[in-house]
Amino acid sequence: MNQRITCIASNTFREAVRDRVLYNLIAFAVLLSGAAILVGQISIDIEKLVVINLGLTAVSLFGIIIAIFIGIGLVSKEIEKRTLYTVLSRPVRRWEFIVGKFFGLAGTLVVNAFFMAIGVFAALLYVAHKFQKPDGWVLVALYFIILQFLIICSLALLFSSFSSPLLSAVFAFSLFVIGTFSEDLRNFAALANGPTKWLATAVAYIVPNFSALNVISSVAHGQPVSGQLILYNTIYALLYTSTALCGAVLIFQRRNLK
Amino acid sequence: MPAVEILGLEKTYSVGFWRKRPKCALKPLHLSVEEGEIFGFLGPNGAGKTTTLKMLMGLVFPTGGSARILGLDVNDPQVKAQIGFLPEQPYFYDYLTAHELLDYYGRLSGVSGKGLSSRMDKVLERVGLRDVKGVQLRKFSKGMLQRVGIAQAILHEPKIVFFDEPMSGLDPMGRREVRDLMEQLKQEGKTVFFSTHILSDAEALCDRVAVIHQGELRAVGAVADLTAGVQGKIELVWQGTTVPASIKAMVVECHVTGDTVRAVLAEESQDLAVDALRREHLHLVSLVPVRTTLEQYFVEKLKRAEQSAGSMA
Repeated sequence: MNQRITCIASNTFREAVRDRVLYNLIAFAVLLSGAAILVGQISIDIEKLVVINLGLTAVSLFGIIIAIFIGIGLVSKEIEKRTLYTVLSRPVRRWEFIVGKFFGLAGTLVVNAFFMAIGVFAALLYVAHKFQKPDGWVLVALYFIILQFLIICSLALLFSSFSSPLLSAVFAFSLFVIGTFSEDLRNFAALANGPTKWLATAVAYIVPNFSALNVISSVAHGQPVSGQLILYNTIYALLYTSTALCGAVLIFQRRNLK
Repeated sequence: MPAVEILGLEKTYSVGFWRKRPKCALKPLHLSVEEGEIFGFLGPNGAGKTTTLKMLMGLVFPTGGSARILGLDVNDPQVKAQIGFLPEQPYFYDYLTAHELLDYYGRLSGVSGKGLSSRMDKVLERVGLRDVKGVQLRKFSKGMLQRVGIAQAILHEPKIVFFDEPMSGLDPMGRREVRDLMEQLKQEGKTVFFSTHILSDAEALCDRVAVIHQGELRAVGAVADLTAGVQGKIELVWQGTTVPASIKAMVVECHVTGDTVRAVLAEESQDLAVDALRREHLHLVSLVPVRTTLEQYFVEKLKRAEQSAGSMA
């Protein structure tokens, strides 16, 4: 990575870390993990299931909220506050700015997820007193959650490159919700006929397939995740993220900073 | 080779939500700024100064024409390493300290290590912010932010510095310091291109100025040359308490203080007025040409532009 991208990424990371909203979200995540422990204690024989389910869902949900909340302002806020003027008047290419911002936010989410994951494993140890081999699959679920973060980050950046923060938030959140039900959408497309089938199929393939990236439930039940799924999901997430980032760069390259 | 060469640069925006209509922000502009000069870009608010600067910085894309800085296209990254830019009413990442901000901008400009560290100290000292380098920018006043803005613009020792309204938000002392800094930059061989509507600053600093109004270039030249041809008035001072009847009609302005009369007349009335004073046996104390200020020139120019626009309509 070149120095300018690293520089922009580390500044984005620093901004997120110094942002009090981020700290509040972490605190909420900790609270939720605490709740997981509490529910685990009052559940009979399904403590681990509840802790993994609640813990990983919290990691995913808070990460997605942070990704959308920060991502939507990454470009538009810089334009609005005119901080971008002194950046782009330097030897910084516009694509470097977008890529730097992406890595900064992705890095923030990975670090955030890392600390939340420690919380989840601590809670797991607390209720089960020791780790077992199937608990390792929790790491795969966390990896998939991080892949979801990458997709959402790139989408938030894409929307941020041409619309207002509010609209970007609506677009990004809508895509997250639709993407979460993309498997259902594909099933619906298979059953439908005529234009509805075409439309449902098109939407199902355009929106990110978050269903395939959600293995929380099966991991909570101790079921293994196939290597093939890990490979496919990795390729899918990287392709989707790269495409969204390319879109963001293409739009931003042509944008007049009035 | 000119430091800045603007070749027919123009910008038209589309305005309106449903029915887009064109709005011309800058008519084809031709301008050349020589290396080592302080060049003032003058005009009232909304004249097209900031749009021009943004196009030179590659922030806004022109709808026509082109611009070159040091002989290279404005979007060439090599050019960007040679220029510094202070935007109008700058706003910076307020979660950073002045030191962190300069470190960030320095790295983006390709400066790092010990070289960057010593430049940061030097530049903070130069803009008078050395003692607050560890304070977050959110605690800075408007004037201090302007100083940080100047610091980041000169940090990487650029050959050309572009300042958009550098005096705005500064108190008289601050304005004086910025003026001194610009002169120092000139002495160091740098080219300074700055936009302003504070004409006294431009008059005191600039080797040459350009006047822009309603997106159109109205005049370019040295301040003395521009102001020389506008008024052509003289000031006559003589001993006495009255104005001879024969020149009363020629007097534009007149003040009587004690036994001295001070009158301003059109230059072409000079001989007639002097003859009249001789005839009346009044003692002529002085006769000096009235120096037109840039402000008078500017107002005159804008009035004429508005009058011609009115007659066209």
